[in-house]
Amino acid sequence: MNRIPTMAELAAEGRQPEVLFWVGCAGSFDDRAQRVTRAFAELLQNAGVDFAILGQEESCTGDPARRAGNEFLFQMLAQQNVAVLNMYGVKKIVTACPHCFNTLKNEYPVLGGNYEVVHHTQFLLQLLKEGRLKVEGGSFRGKKITYHDSCYLGRVNGEYEAPRALLEALDADLVEMKRCRTKGLCCGAGGAQMWKEDEPGDKRINVERAEEALETGAAVVASNCPFCLTMISDGVKAKDKQDEVLVYDLAELILNSK
Amino acid sequence: MIQPIVFVVVTIAAFGLAFVQYRRIRRNVLLGQDEAIGGPKSRRWRNMLLVAFGQKKMFKNWIPAIFHLFIYVAFLLTQIELIEILVDGVTGHHRIFAEPLGGFYTFLISFIEILSLLAFVATLVFLARRNLLKVPRFHKPEMKGWPFTDANLILYGEILLIIGIFSMNGADKVLQSLGAEGYHPTGDFAVSSWLGPALFGGLETGTLMVIERFGWWLHVLVVYAFLNYLPISKHLHILLAFPNTWFARLTPRGQMKNMPEIQKEVAAMMNPEAAASSTEPQEETMPLFGAGDVFHLSWRELLAAYTCTECGRCTAECPANITGKKLSPRKIMMDVRDRLEEVSKNIDSKDPKCFPENPQTPLPNRLGYDDGKSLFDYISREEIHACTTCNACVEACPVLINPLDIILQLRRYEILVESSGPSDWLPLFNSLENSQSAWAMSSPRDAWNQ
Ligand code: SF4
Ligand code: SF4
Repeated sequence: MNRIPTMAELAAEGRQPEVLFWVGCAGSFDDRAQRVTRAFAELLQNAGVDFAILGQEESCTGDPARRAGNEFLFQMLAQQNVAVLNMYGVKKIVTACPHCFNTLKNEYPVLGGNYEVVHHTQFLLQLLKEGRLKVEGGSFRGKKITYHDSCYLGRVNGEYEAPRALLEALDADLVEMKRCRTKGLCCGAGGAQMWKEDEPGDKRINVERAEEALETGAAVVASNCPFCLTMISDGVKAKDKQDEVLVYDLAELILNSK
Repeated sequence: MIQPIVFVVVTIAAFGLAFVQYRRIRRNVLLGQDEAIGGPKSRRWRNMLLVAFGQKKMFKNWIPAIFHLFIYVAFLLTQIELIEILVDGVTGHHRIFAEPLGGFYTFLISFIEILSLLAFVATLVFLARRNLLKVPRFHKPEMKGWPFTDANLILYGEILLIIGIFSMNGADKVLQSLGAEGYHPTGDFAVSSWLGPALFGGLETGTLMVIERFGWWLHVLVVYAFLNYLPISKHLHILLAFPNTWFARLTPRGQMKNMPEIQKEVAAMMNPEAAASSTEPQEETMPLFGAGDVFHLSWRELLAAYTCTECGRCTAECPANITGKKLSPRKIMMDVRDRLEEVSKNIDSKDPKCFPENPQTPLPNRLGYDDGKSLFDYISREEIHACTTCNACVEACPVLINPLDIILQLRRYEILVESSGPSDWLPLFNSLENSQSAWAMSSPRDAWNQ
């Protein structure tokens, strides 16, 4: 991956990119999610997409604050982001995080932030259809892969097909879990759960989901969300299956298909 | 002559009592906050016709959906027969529509009979499912006691209704074949023309007349009892599913209700000059910060609480509940209704303890009502903290109820009014406030971009 220019740098040259890549907190700071960020950026560069990031001018979208109930914090973060985005005249945003995707798409318009927002799986599919992105599919041909619907891409925003279409392009053998699409089970991280201990119960949600993924006998679990990625990986580890079953983001699968 | 008089008295009493009860429910729903109804009418029609009338969401699971449909359609169509019963009851006629409608009458009653038979089978299946099969969603903690009895009672009521219909029609058919006076031929009804003779063949005319009247009155009384039972039962959904699907929010699922007061305040903080020169008048009333009691929810959410069928489809899909946490979205809806009923009783009894001169509640309610309790006496913190906002409950609900909206408003109240909430969230809030990111990190946000 080559270094990605920031919006500020491009603006200084009087340029505006085709699309802004919104990285998000997980994609910026979490080691595992950073790998997804780089993989996706590399795919964009390979496809010759003209894009930039906000760099240090990006803030959290405010999703966890809002869903925890802290509206003040949400408004502070969101209004600051809207101001920055509008200052650069951003029209189109792509992000690899379904929570960022949802907040940017559904919650910013009321605050004066109107953008075309796409999730990275949708964007990759688009590039594929336009022939800008090539998927050789070599390493995953016929391999059993199961796909975990994230809540905020699937149930909340109704996108079930784009990620599956990418798996199809990989020529992988997609095996569905018992609970999928509208009934897909949450990984347990949403609603700011990521930042707190579970309430008392019988089991962790991510372990329940990992068990379901393991039941399919798939060698790879495909995910579209940095939080799901962490949760399911931890669940698979809790079952001591981390050496047999690998958890990847779709962008990584496509990059590694050659 | 005595029958019509008794009938008129009973009918007036039944409808009068029902009127009082439904008016009370309307009043209770309107205790909620105003909420504007947006979105195109066409989508509302679609929702109501497909989801309430067409039961679209029930058909995610075919077997219960079919049986439920039998009971539902039989119930709807039986009400056509009720029109005749009302006219007959008041005028003292017997089957007043039989002659003018002719063959169509035979067809109509036959249709009702076939559906009643199917509904009978469905009722037995449902009774067995509730009581013999251990379907987990029917046996969660919130279903103990009245909710469980309630679910069975209605099924027994349905059986009584069907017994009424078939005794009435069956005895009538035998009386017709005996040529008894006043029982004009109605043509062959699909079920009772063979069930009648099989059950009541060979009985005397007098006995048959008693059976026929018994069936007729049973039918009437069960329907009236039903009408007055709905307001205290989960079966209120039969009526409220229609307005509830009509009024369901049409905004995107992922969009939480905005809080304009906070939006303005934050905007003023970020841009003090613009705010100082703004000519907008300051709001006088105290703004609502989430919901701690039923008054702070919108009327739409209170309507939803009365509409909840207690089916537990939401709870069966809830990841928190599946993994043994205390949270159950169905219980959230039941708790809102129970709390609303408690408030309603206190308002009706005009209990002075509930109307103090200086209410303690931090959030406004129009009545000055304050009984020292709140929704948190019903819903524990542990429950609302366990929610992952996954929307599985919203997706699952067959009548378009959104338990998540209520959970999120309770969370807002906790954080914004009480300044409490899980202590685990404090580092998150601090880091968001100080470094605008969900984790406090020493490296810059774009360290990965080297
Ligand atoms: S949104 Fe919350 S209450 Fe609803 S199913 Fe998900 S975790 Fe359960
Ligand atoms: S909220 Fe909906 S799904 Fe849940 S119990 Fe009530 S009617 Fe059933």
